[in-house]
Amino acid sequence: MNALEASGLSKRYGKHWALENCAFELPSGSIAGLVGPNGAGKTTLLHIAVGLLEPTRGSLRILGERPGAAQVLPRVGFVAQDTPLYKGFKVSEMISFGAHMNVGFDMEFARSRIARLEIPPDQKAGSLSGGQRAQVGLALALAKRPEILLLDEPLASLDPLARREFLQTLMEGVADTGVTVVLSSHLLTDLERVCDHMMVLARGRFRLIGDTADIIKTHKVLIGPKERVGSISGVSNVLHQSTTDRQATLLVRTDGPIIDPSWMVNQVSLEDVVLAYLDSRSTSADAVPDLHAVEEVAR
Amino acid sequence: MIEFRLESRSGIAPYLQIVQQVKHALRLGMLRTGDQLPTVKEVVGSIAINPNTVLKAYRELEHEGLVEGRPGVGTFVLKGLDGPPPQAHAALRRSLLRWIRTAIDAGLDYDSVEALFDSTFRESAEEEIA
Repeated sequence: MNALEASGLSKRYGKHWALENCAFELPSGSIAGLVGPNGAGKTTLLHIAVGLLEPTRGSLRILGERPGAAQVLPRVGFVAQDTPLYKGFKVSEMISFGAHMNVGFDMEFARSRIARLEIPPDQKAGSLSGGQRAQVGLALALAKRPEILLLDEPLASLDPLARREFLQTLMEGVADTGVTVVLSSHLLTDLERVCDHMMVLARGRFRLIGDTADIIKTHKVLIGPKERVGSISGVSNVLHQSTTDRQATLLVRTDGPIIDPSWMVNQVSLEDVVLAYLDSRSTSADAVPDLHAVEEVAR
Repeated sequence: MIEFRLESRSGIAPYLQIVQQVKHALRLGMLRTGDQLPTVKEVVGSIAINPNTVLKAYRELEHEGLVEGRPGVGTFVLKGLDGPPPQAHAALRRSLLRWIRTAIDAGLDYDSVEALFDSTFRESAEEEIA
């Protein structure tokens, strides 16, 4: 089953289209990175998915349901950007509040998670550090035992250590429950470790969607003589090209091995690939490869 | 028990890094028959990677007959890995040297030899696993 499914999804603010004709499917059990520059439409997409915003056109289904529907809300976890918490609440009070507001809230899980992070239960939310606030927000969201967890820029304001700790907690949660995760971020190196799906959004449209391992495997950097640019066997798409008077450096999408010895073939990092798709000057940035179903994991 | 580490910049797929680290530990006797591998939750809790990556690595090791997953219990080492005898290394080294000389004679310099070896090696490792 797909955790998220969108077709023709569009959202307009005044004259500006924040999302334009977005179509995608995200299989259940995925850990997806939603990547894009500020203003790309990431938050708009997440807000539509949790029912905070209505699309102007098109539709999005979450866990097969209409976003915001009463029967789907208990199954969805959401942490907004910068983890807004009630500043005057003690951590312990937030846990009881969560338990009152959510059927099936796992208080024991929330308490033990907070204890393991050595956050005092009587501390007020307003005096937590950025890293602690993010961890408390995540613990509360996980304690709800959602089937899908949407996190808007959870890593942005965290230092590298806090980022690592946050991702450790998140991945433990996934190992425990198999929850589908969508996290938006522009920190690609962190995403590369955890995300098995990448959704690259720029200027309201998806530029690249797919399985992370496939994306890395099918993109290469070729360096060779300028006059041999053209049809290179094994290349399906040139994303980025820079040339000097003699040499050409190409970031390409491949559909087979590059055996022409005039080209030096280099591995490419996820970051380089994503940046190429985000770059508006890229020659074929609108080519959106298909999503591949992730393997079902026996849990 | 062993611990894994992940090199983000190595260009080697994360699950393959785990497979290699387990095999390395088996070869050096740091893991022996009957030993338990870290649970998926332990691994992701310590190195913050996707649980599916760990599962994929363990499945690969299971496929090679090195470990066995016992549902609800964990993953255990079935047999150790004997490294090849020392003379095998010497023989392989000699043939590799011969190959390098052939490549240099063909007009490649050392950097392109390295690049060629690197890309071929990676492709072969990927095929092996896939």
